[in-house]
Amino acid sequence: MRLIYFGVLAIVLWTGAVLAQNGPLKIEITDGVIEPLTFAVPMFEAKNIEAAAIATKISRLVAKDLTNSGLFREISANRFIAQRTTFAEAVRYPDWRAINTQALVTASVETSSTGRLTVKFRIFDVFSGVQLGRGMQLSGSTQAVRRMAHKVADQVYERITGEGPYFDSKIVFVSESGPKDKRLKRLAIMDFDGENVQFLTGNKNIVLAPRISKDGKKVLYTSFETGFPQIYLLDISTAGRKRLPTSDDGMGFSPRFSPDSKRIVYSLEQGGNSDIYLMDLATARSKRMTSSLAIDTAPSFSPDGRQIVFESDRSGTQQLYLMPVSGGTPKRISFENGRYGTPVWSPRGDLIAFTKQSNGRFNIGVMRDDGSEERLLSGSFLDEGPTWSPNGRVIMFARQTQGPKGAPSLYSVDITGRNLRALNLGAPASDPSWGPVQP
Amino acid sequence: MRLIHLAFVPFLALVACTDPEGGFNGGLLGDSSSWDDPAANAEDQSDPTSQAFFEKKIGNRVLFEINKYTLSSSAKAGLDEQARWLIDNPQYVIIIEGHADEQGTREYNLALGFRRAQSAQEYLVSRGVSGLRLKTRSYGKERPLEICSAERCYAKNRRSVTLLTAGLS
Repeated sequence: MRLIYFGVLAIVLWTGAVLAQNGPLKIEITDGVIEPLTFAVPMFEAKNIEAAAIATKISRLVAKDLTNSGLFREISANRFIAQRTTFAEAVRYPDWRAINTQALVTASVETSSTGRLTVKFRIFDVFSGVQLGRGMQLSGSTQAVRRMAHKVADQVYERITGEGPYFDSKIVFVSESGPKDKRLKRLAIMDFDGENVQFLTGNKNIVLAPRISKDGKKVLYTSFETGFPQIYLLDISTAGRKRLPTSDDGMGFSPRFSPDSKRIVYSLEQGGNSDIYLMDLATARSKRMTSSLAIDTAPSFSPDGRQIVFESDRSGTQQLYLMPVSGGTPKRISFENGRYGTPVWSPRGDLIAFTKQSNGRFNIGVMRDDGSEERLLSGSFLDEGPTWSPNGRVIMFARQTQGPKGAPSLYSVDITGRNLRALNLGAPASDPSWGPVQP
Repeated sequence: MRLIHLAFVPFLALVACTDPEGGFNGGLLGDSSSWDDPAANAEDQSDPTSQAFFEKKIGNRVLFEINKYTLSSSAKAGLDEQARWLIDNPQYVIIIEGHADEQGTREYNLALGFRRAQSAQEYLVSRGVSGLRLKTRSYGKERPLEICSAERCYAKNRRSVTLLTAGLS
């Protein structure tokens, strides 16, 4: 038995009867059309009466996460032949094959009088007739029901796709209310699926473009708290914030963390002109990185921390540029027809996501860091501000509708361009920034 | 510029102490009283030294072309009038706000708003308004004046606004 601590959740890998890691059941995520893999999540077994409602909730959430990824299709319970009763009994593969189920997830759920919740689960490759990887046990507080479901779904996703997990993650964003010309904005944080929204600031001052640190603990954002835009650093656990000393005679905006969260890159406006600066958070010392007469903004680090990508209109229109963090001449990488902004480096380092304006429309797209292989993933009246899922497979962005009542909401899309989905938060939302998978 | 900056410091420090949430609303430099505040209209426009007179009779806005921050001849003519009035009414300190329409990414538009505010400020200084009275800020596309998604609204939103505040004693 191997014990792995995941913060509030403890996860135990426990040896099942059959070990078949990297079994034949696999989704290869490529650019071609894929047939979603079929799965069944029979109602998880409740080991005690008190756990019944939680077992139902977790099994439905696991199914929902998998379905929403666009890579899986659920076989509904009314087609089930096997009526499972206990987690312990052997899987009758023919019953699941007969209804075309490729993957099966079974689990048991138990609660204790002290508020402890324990979930054990197994994943099966039905057509090969083997268990996929080892069984796993999660334990945590009964308050962590949703997180546990996301962890189970992440395991299924990870074992079948071979990609990293992303369901058990949080997203910081700007929650909006009020009319278009007097919009109120406040920072908020939510689970990846739009649940569990919590506000991090009040709505008295305009706040813009929050960016979460890679450890998920801190947020950089721009606020008009002093009446002028300035950069703030906020601690998520306490919601305490402090203004970062950018400059005495300029306004800072567009901040973003380095991968180790020790430095930030940002734009500083001085005398009307905006350039890129680098600040060491420990010393609060800033170093100028660009000095052009153009607008240089929206910088983002490469995952190895060695380069930044940013946008500049030094050529006459907004385009994307790379430069080493150690300094040097920025190199332009975007050359197709249109204006490019808000570049964000994928956590895998393979792609850069951006907002592109061309022909009166806004698109979210991705390209290699040399500007090649550009692909547009979305397009509308106003799509803006991509952020990457922690596994680099999904991009979230804001889409604003047109007209006097136009308002933004959050959308996600797979990097293949498939599975565009709106996140229904019940209120306008913008500027998402996707945090890490939680420990 | 430096003089004004120093004058602001104790004021901001006070705010930071009194409001733990950072709710800084309606103050001298606060958000709600800044752009095109209807409250200013209630003031008597017949007083030629009033804020209302400046806003209504002189005009406090200058418009810009798409993605541009250069001043057109009509923008310069408007700023000429503003400059004359501001020189005659030295009791006000001035914040110039730059704004953009919604056709642009958020941070680029913030930077573009700074450019527009700076253009207006530099022109006013060139016409004799003391730089010590002037400060700029940008709202990017956050505070449109008109809310339709068409050029007739965008044209009014690509603006700088010359905002008067009572002089700091």
